[in-house]
Amino acid sequence: MSLRPDLAIIAANVAPGSRVLDVGCGDGGLMAALRDERQCDARGLELDAGDVAAAVARGLSVIQGDADTDLADYPDTSFDYAILSQTLQTTRRPDWVLDQLLRIGSQAFVSFPNFAHWRVRASLLWGGRMPVTRLLPLKWYATPNIHHVTVDDFRALVKERGFVVEGCWFLSGDKLTGAVMANLWAEHAVFLLRKDR
Amino acid sequence: MSDDQRFGLARTVTLPGPLRLDGGALLSPVDIAYETYGALNADASNAILVCHALTGDQHVASTHPVTGKPGWWTKMVGPGKPVDPERHFIICANVLGSCLGSSGPATVNPATAKPWGMRFPVITIRDMVRAQAMLLDHLGIDRLAAVIGGSMGGMQALSWAATFPERVRAAVVIASAARHSAQNIAFHEVGRQAIMADPNWRGGDYYERGDPPAAGLSVARMAAHITYLSEAGLTAKFGRKLQSREAKTFGFDADFQVESYLRHQGISFVERFDANSYLYITRALDYFDLAEEHGGVLANAFRGSCTRFCLVSFDTDWLYPTRESRTIVHALNAAGAPASFVELTSPFGHDAFLLDSPELNRVVDGFLRAGE
Repeated sequence: MSLRPDLAIIAANVAPGSRVLDVGCGDGGLMAALRDERQCDARGLELDAGDVAAAVARGLSVIQGDADTDLADYPDTSFDYAILSQTLQTTRRPDWVLDQLLRIGSQAFVSFPNFAHWRVRASLLWGGRMPVTRLLPLKWYATPNIHHVTVDDFRALVKERGFVVEGCWFLSGDKLTGAVMANLWAEHAVFLLRKDR
Repeated sequence: MSDDQRFGLARTVTLPGPLRLDGGALLSPVDIAYETYGALNADASNAILVCHALTGDQHVASTHPVTGKPGWWTKMVGPGKPVDPERHFIICANVLGSCLGSSGPATVNPATAKPWGMRFPVITIRDMVRAQAMLLDHLGIDRLAAVIGGSMGGMQALSWAATFPERVRAAVVIASAARHSAQNIAFHEVGRQAIMADPNWRGGDYYERGDPPAAGLSVARMAAHITYLSEAGLTAKFGRKLQSREAKTFGFDADFQVESYLRHQGISFVERFDANSYLYITRALDYFDLAEEHGGVLANAFRGSCTRFCLVSFDTDWLYPTRESRTIVHALNAAGAPASFVELTSPFGHDAFLLDSPELNRVVDGFLRAGE
């Protein structure tokens, strides 16, 4: 089973044998890859009961819970990495969640759809309607994305919080694209962060 | 292995003990009635201990000797089920204090040659677990592949992991809690008072007269049974429907179907259960507080544990609601123990864990296989 491109980037950049918390782990696809291919001790947090059942049924340690509240239950620095993929924009308090990720993990991977991608801009500018794209497939009233974020917004939050960007990857149509003008060209961004030392 | 008298259905063993109880008393000898299913493999690594709930017994997947009904957990235990005698060596023992053959108030005190009655020492969940550990020693099982239970069985699974962490590779805790709440204790106290208020109870010495406190035990069961169901479930099943009649009788007969149902539950229960055992086991449940046993911090119960945990709750269970499972999960996270947890949807309240639940089976099956 092939991983979603942003998850493949994360999987390729996690140190083998590390302890990983996947927040919003879905049915555990990334966790299984990290366990099987990189010998990680992977744990998951997932809101949807069906996904949790599916993940547990494949032998993964996954807890049903809500990133908006339940991250507070994890001890400090209990993981090498905390991972939040495609979930930041759905949380009620993205800034709090980001703080929690870097409290729980020594490092954090965060991936999100870039709301400043040119297609989104064009849709809003020329169409005057909230964009419906490949990565943002639902209409404004049905989308779980309540905090739309752009690459530059995210960089600003990271700076404001005093975190350090260890790595960043940008995707356009499932392919890596350059960091130059990523805020315009990237459909999707993956950041690796750590606390300032 | 098949002709080993220690293995099979309807086994009973008398172990010399003594078993030191949490209350300070020494129990000796210790009778344990149990059943095993499947075959123990060469390195004794496929053993699964199934722990039963308050009024359960060792007949997890065999016909009950009194009621003639199938085992109480055939949805979970049996060929092709998550706990499978084709793969696992399954053990289920009647808990200490119960009345299906293990030492309890109805068994004979060797010192007096009379039934213990209320002179039987008060026991705890951990005492039940210690007795089970003695049984495993007798069976030659050093380490369990898993311990699994729902309700009080889940408490035993937790207590196993906390008391003998090196003997438990995995624990499955379903519809359970790490302690009894004030509401849990309150419902049990209603049941105990109903038994003790029955004139036939006679301070617990009713065995020789052959006239047990059936009315009191029946009321205790009726009150408890309500807590096993959900309000929505009761409404769906009975609503305000009348029992075999067109109109209310303006009397105190069982006009409503729900009354008739509860009375039936109470009456059929007294045929298979001992009133004093009900007092002792509800007491053990009320005394259960795993955090208290570990300096008031639940996480300490699991510190350094290598056991894998799987917890499941049901959304309509108000006896041991989801927040109780979450408290355990929180402690397991704090202790760094590998834990899974899911809240499943069911209309059936606490009883859901005993009923057909494909999702529950999927979760438990995957969890157990991951450790094999």
